[in-house]
Amino acid sequence: MAEPIRMRVKLEGDVADVRVLIGHPMETGLRKDPKTGEPVPLHFIKSVTATLNGKAVLTAQWSQAVSRNPYMQFRIKGAKADDEVGIEWVDNRGESNRARAKVPAAG
Amino acid sequence: MNTEPNRRSSRRSFLALFAALLAAALRPLQTWAGEWNKAAFDARNVQEALKSAGILNPAASGDIVIKAPEIAENGAQVPVDILSKVPGTDTVYIFVDRNPQPFVGSFDFLDGAEPFISTRIKMGETSNLRVVVRAGGRHHMATREIKVTIGGCGA
Repeated sequence: MAEPIRMRVKLEGDVADVRVLIGHPMETGLRKDPKTGEPVPLHFIKSVTATLNGKAVLTAQWSQAVSRNPYMQFRIKGAKADDEVGIEWVDNRGESNRARAKVPAAG
Repeated sequence: MNTEPNRRSSRRSFLALFAALLAAALRPLQTWAGEWNKAAFDARNVQEALKSAGILNPAASGDIVIKAPEIAENGAQVPVDILSKVPGTDTVYIFVDRNPQPFVGSFDFLDGAEPFISTRIKMGETSNLRVVVRAGGRHHMATREIKVTIGGCGA
């Protein structure tokens, strides 16, 4: 079961500043389980898509070298209050998750 | 001996291959930018990774602003901010030269997104951080050395 995505959106003028924290282990495949000593299998987010009102504005392709519980901040121009920002990710096991947040009024 | 079933199955696999090639050729061009580039991600050295990502002869640029610590105490969480002032920036690529697989990731800025990204990456040891910007089919590059106290590849 995928861990949650946390999003914080701020409106500055017509720019939405979006901060996202994605719950994901981002295992490199190099780490050993401290209890068993067995290597923990590779498990990482491969792609992320950000949308504004359903339209893709940013896509990202990642390796396992993005930190555990990935953090991402980006800015979308031409946004206004009540617009909807969406985030969706897919990992190397085909698991995925998505979240949405409304753009608040500026201030 | 009857070879008919064999022949039939090879004809079938030929048709399947043909259909796959046709599907690849018909796929719209814009989806290519967002493809997960396995060859680039699997590359074990930065020159190979750059080449596989289609980055040839990037020009050194002062228009790529990198904000990152000079010394990162924890290689598992190295904060990196990138702002591209190169007009028409389409994509930002991040590489860590001395990571086992140097290509960390790429960010495509589509309609409306400003050419800015802030994220956190893993670094196995002290290394150059290499940022490449693709703008209008040309590549621009900036590098920054980051000293790592405790490596983050086992993290």
